[in-house]
Amino acid sequence: MSTISSRCAACKYLRRRCPPDCIFSPYFPSNDPQRFACVHRIYGASNVGKMIQQTPTQMRAQVADSLYFESRCRIQDPVYGCAGIISWLHLQIHNVESELAKVKAQIAFLNSDANRELSFRPQIEGDSSFNNLRTGESSVG
Amino acid sequence: MSSSSSYNSPCAACKFLRRKCMPGCIFSPYFPPEEPQKFANVHKIFGASNVTKLLNELPPHQREDAVNSLAYEAEARVRDPVYGCVGAISFLQRQVQRLQKELDTANADLVRYACNEIPSSAAIPGSNNPVQPATLRQRVAPLEFGGVGRPIGNEVGGAFYQAPLPPPYPLPYPPLPWSDSFGGDFNGGGGNI
Repeated sequence: MSTISSRCAACKYLRRRCPPDCIFSPYFPSNDPQRFACVHRIYGASNVGKMIQQTPTQMRAQVADSLYFESRCRIQDPVYGCAGIISWLHLQIHNVESELAKVKAQIAFLNSDANRELSFRPQIEGDSSFNNLRTGESSVG
Repeated sequence: MSSSSSYNSPCAACKFLRRKCMPGCIFSPYFPPEEPQKFANVHKIFGASNVTKLLNELPPHQREDAVNSLAYEAEARVRDPVYGCVGAISFLQRQVQRLQKELDTANADLVRYACNEIPSSAAIPGSNNPVQPATLRQRVAPLEFGGVGRPIGNEVGGAFYQAPLPPPYPLPYPPLPWSDSFGGDFNGGGGNI
C-alpha cells in the first residue's frame, strides 16, 4: 500500500502536488477546504500567494485570516462586502453617540434641577415655620 | 481637433492593461481615465478577471457600488497589507464597544439621579420630566475572525460575530477610518507601501 502524502487545501483545490515549501499549506489546512475556496473565488490563487509571499513570515497567518474574512463577506454580500460592514459600524457609532449625548443632557438637566431644589428648600422651611407662628401652631411645648 | 481620440479615450482599466477599450467594455463606466490609481489598486488585489467575474454576476444597477466597494477594499489592503479592511472593522468594533460601555454607565448614572435626586414628582412643582434612560436600540455583535483559531491582531480570544451580516446601506464611502497611528494598534501589523 502506498502512503498518501497529505496536500494542503490549496493544492487539493488546484489539483497539483503540494511541495514541502508550499506557500499556502501553513494557512490553508486540508481539513478546511472552504477556506481556500472562498479566497480563491475572490482573489485568485496567484494574488493570494503574492500577498502572503510579500508579508514577513510572522504576519502571514493574519494575512490569510483577513483575506478569508473579506472573501467571505464579499461572497455573502457581493455588492458591498466588507465596506458594507464598515459603513454599518459607522452608523452604529453615530447612533450610540447620539444616545449618549441625550443621556448626558438628561443628567445635566437633572443635575441643574437638583441644584435648584437644594437652594430652594431652606426658603420653604423658613416660610413654614413663619406660617406655623401665624396660625398659632408651635413646636414648643 | 480630432474628436475621435476623445471619443475613443480608453478607460483606466484598458489603459492599465494596454488593450483597446471596446464599446461595451465592462470596466469603462466605473474606471474613468482620470482615476488610474483606482483600477491599479483593484487589479493588484483582485485581478482584472476576478473583477470581471464579480461584475458579470451582478445586475448593472449594482455594479457601480460593487466597484466602489472593491476599490475601497483594495485601497485598504494596499495601505495595510496584513489586515486590510478587517483592521478598520476591528477598530470600529472596539469603538462601538467602548461607546456602549459609556452609554451603560451613563444610563446607570441617570437612574441613580432619578432615584436619589428626585424624591417624588410632587415635591418639585413643575418638574414633570419622566426619566427614561436611553437604551441602545441595537447592540452590535462583534465579528468572528480567525479561520484557524487565531484572534485578530493582539486581541486574545478574538471577537465573535453571531448576528447575520447587516443589510447593505447606500454607502457614503467614509474616508478610510485609520491613520498612520492606527497601524500601531496592531503589533507588527499594517505598514506603509
